[in-house]
Amino acid sequence: MIKVYTSSVIDASADAVWAHIRDFNGMPKWHPAIAESRIEGNWPSDRVGCIRNFQLRDGGNIREQLLTLSDYDYQCTYSILESPMGVDNYIATLKLTPVTDGNRTFAEWSAEFDTLPGQERRLADSIGQGVFQAGFDALKSYFGHR
Amino acid sequence: MQRVTRSAIIDAPIERVWEVLRDFNSHDRWHPAVADSHIENGEAPDQIGCVRNFHLRDGAHIREQLIALSDTDHISTYCILDATVPLQRYVATLQLKPVTDGNRTFWHWQSTFDTPPGREAELAGMVGRGVYEAGFDALRRYLRKSDRSSRTTVSGTTPHGGEMTGQAVILKAFGGIEQLSFDNIQVPAPGPREVRIRQAAAGINYIDVYICRGEYRMLTPPAALGMEAAGTVIDIGVDVHGLLPGDRVAYAFDQPGAFATLRTLQAEQVVPIPADIEIETAAAVLFKGMTAEYLLHRVHTVRAGETILVHAAAGGVGTFLCQWGKYLGARVIGTVGTEEKARIARDNGCDVPIVSPDHSFADAVKATTQGRGVDVVFDGLGRLAERENYESLASTGHWVSYGHATGPLPPIDPALQSAKSLRVSRPVLFHYTADPVRLRAMAANVFTMLGRDVLKVNVRHRYPLASAASALDALESRRTIGPIVLVA
Repeated sequence: MIKVYTSSVIDASADAVWAHIRDFNGMPKWHPAIAESRIEGNWPSDRVGCIRNFQLRDGGNIREQLLTLSDYDYQCTYSILESPMGVDNYIATLKLTPVTDGNRTFAEWSAEFDTLPGQERRLADSIGQGVFQAGFDALKSYFGHR
Repeated sequence: MQRVTRSAIIDAPIERVWEVLRDFNSHDRWHPAVADSHIENGEAPDQIGCVRNFHLRDGAHIREQLIALSDTDHISTYCILDATVPLQRYVATLQLKPVTDGNRTFWHWQSTFDTPPGREAELAGMVGRGVYEAGFDALRRYLRKSDRSSRTTVSGTTPHGGEMTGQAVILKAFGGIEQLSFDNIQVPAPGPREVRIRQAAAGINYIDVYICRGEYRMLTPPAALGMEAAGTVIDIGVDVHGLLPGDRVAYAFDQPGAFATLRTLQAEQVVPIPADIEIETAAAVLFKGMTAEYLLHRVHTVRAGETILVHAAAGGVGTFLCQWGKYLGARVIGTVGTEEKARIARDNGCDVPIVSPDHSFADAVKATTQGRGVDVVFDGLGRLAERENYESLASTGHWVSYGHATGPLPPIDPALQSAKSLRVSRPVLFHYTADPVRLRAMAANVFTMLGRDVLKVNVRHRYPLASAASALDALESRRTIGPIVLVA
């Protein structure tokens, strides 16, 4: 089991950040690696169990399923059903927490998964930096960071 | 139920922040609201179930129990067992998380509790602002200062990083004040658990005379004299907690060397001076104030209605014993050498000043107690007053011999002791202050009494450090009234 954990501080309230990222089908709006996305079966994007099917800008296709969504905790959890990345049992959590000192947001994005021996470092880097940190960087520049 | 949540980003790696916060007893070193704290029963501060027992600066007393601690999740959970503030069923959780983007720390602090009706907002504000938000800022300052000082110690790049030259009053040989000189000294940079202090004032005590005479062999000449001083922290070594460069501090302990412009010493000997107390006042009172504290509260617990006998009642310790003893409700009888000193003793709470230049006072004591005698005598006189002290004590009285200005007190005849069922104590202050927790508690009591104006200090005698011999001569020849301070 590999664990990846990335966290950052966004210079905006948790409410504002959450409004921007809550839509499970909205990744193309804010994440630079995602080209386009749709929800399978015409489900609402905040119905637990829905599946997003999206294209990466580099051409790969990924299917992910929403496992939990909590507006109260500013948190969602999802799993990868299919991807070209070579990961199994992949479950990720994206969570926001208000920073009361300065009205900012502490953002955490983490994942656990299995992979073939020898791939751990490369995958941990590409997920932690290429997906999670890249997403935070986009949020920081969108909201303007201190 | 009230729920209070506060969170902040701390500009330091999580390991650095957790190192401080995982110590359940660290809060009196970094949180400004906490005056003193200790873990009950000597347990380790990471022992689940341990209890921290602490006072806030506003006087509140709180006992909190550690109920969960996780080094992997950086979580500490604790609850209030009892408190003088009405926080009921108070459970708090403090959690740290790493900010991987920038190697910083997210700190989340949350509690739930009940309050008496109508006090919800007040108490939630006290917890949220007074404890949590104030704590964030204080920890930031604490980390900044301690990081700066440890860099100083390691690299030695600041002006204060190395050895510094100062001046000190040196006792060249045992014999007396004529053996004193004023010389340059080299003061090393503070090592681990040490601080270096720029000393502004030093207090003179009778023990300095004993040391000059060679009666107390607490130093090996040539060495600097002096038991207490106050000043400002210049720099601190590694592993020093709760003290920062620039802090005003005082100390009184059993290693002479206080009559100096600079000094490096163990951080645990040093106590912070509250903001409302002058450095010179702190230097003048700490030793004498802690002497009064331990005599009145620890060696003998003075109770309202007791009669106490205080010698040299216009002197440094004597005036404190009068002021504090009176505050505790005792009837205070004092001996002094002159009419002027009798007036001073009376002004300081002495009910019955007895003028006895030759240390004959027992008849007067008997007369003013209807022949009964006193419950306790605080005896700083020693040999020449032995018989008079004995005669002055009531049956089952307590003879507390803490000094011997007229010469060492010989062993007390057990037959005399049993004739009145007398208790005899021969306490030494430094045995009581050897425990740093007790030292801080004693100093805090002294500063509290100063703040309440129970202890009143009037420094009439100031001498330059270089004139320490003249100051000691004045003390030894009984020409002074109240504290004597050497100023650097």
